[in-house]
Amino acid sequence: MTPFQIWITIMAMGLVTYLVRLSFIVAWGRLAMPDVVRRALRYVPTAVLSAIILPEMLRPGGGPINISFSNARLIAGLIAGVVAWRTRNILLTIAIGMVVLWGLQLIGV
Amino acid sequence: MNRSDFPAGVRAQLPILLGVAPFGLIYGVLAVGAGLPPSIAQAMSSIVFAGSSQFIGTNLFADNAPFVVIVLTTFVVNLRHALYSASLAPHLERLPLRWKMLFAYLLTDEAYATGILNYQKPDRSGDPWKRHSFYFGTALALWLTWQLSTGIGILFGAQVPASWALDFALPLTFIALVIPALADRPAVISAVVGATVAVAAYDWPYKLGLMAAALTGIIAGLIAEQYRTRPQ
Repeated sequence: MTPFQIWITIMAMGLVTYLVRLSFIVAWGRLAMPDVVRRALRYVPTAVLSAIILPEMLRPGGGPINISFSNARLIAGLIAGVVAWRTRNILLTIAIGMVVLWGLQLIGV
Repeated sequence: MNRSDFPAGVRAQLPILLGVAPFGLIYGVLAVGAGLPPSIAQAMSSIVFAGSSQFIGTNLFADNAPFVVIVLTTFVVNLRHALYSASLAPHLERLPLRWKMLFAYLLTDEAYATGILNYQKPDRSGDPWKRHSFYFGTALALWLTWQLSTGIGILFGAQVPASWALDFALPLTFIALVIPALADRPAVISAVVGATVAVAAYDWPYKLGLMAAALTGIIAGLIAEQYRTRPQ
């Protein structure tokens, strides 16, 4: 592609991305949303965030599922989960999770 | 704007930025390596402003993929943002259109995660601007970091060693955000089903595994809710 064609392509990429992001925000209140859609929205954060978290713990680097003590990210993530559950402290959760991961890497896990 | 939670929004985003900045550096390095002119590589960060699709787009440009393929791929990779848009929409309903348009431009995985969980907290102040300013702060902090980190990657080729494992800060932050949100059985079921499908479908192209995981998790939550409210 020529630089001009690349510019046009990037504009189009930006436009489709923006329209997806804008879609419901602008349509809400103008279109009647079925009740089931409203109720479904309650589960978007838990479903999406968990779906981002677990593969990062169980399949580090996109590899096969690794449930063992050789998986440092799984151990660090589980400990962070317990910290989050007991303390509800976001910074403490992240700090302990990172320190555990670095510690395990250091001892060669 | 007097009772602004803008700084709190920025603070909530800081740990995530730890993982996003190295990712931005890598994008900058890869985009230039793929032959994109620096100005175009940086323009992609502000015009598209979506990490995964920028990586994929960079590869497609390098492979001389046709216009339609690149734009359609971008659309599919970013389809999950429609879920975020729907999820935020009821909270933004009363905002003026120009703010809706700005908030939509700034909508990313990271801004959504911190923003929506703040919107869902019980509001004692009665001042909607508190939550909007939180979202604005959290989303703008991410935007600025993405622009700067991709720029540094493009100009200087700077990278953070992979052994620092800073990318793990993102799932850790999400763990800290999601666990308090698991308040009842349907929410737990939506998380377990979403996470399980995501692990199984991690190899699917164009982030479709994440989309499938999110949708099945949402449906599982709805079904669990039906069982709970049914008599007996």
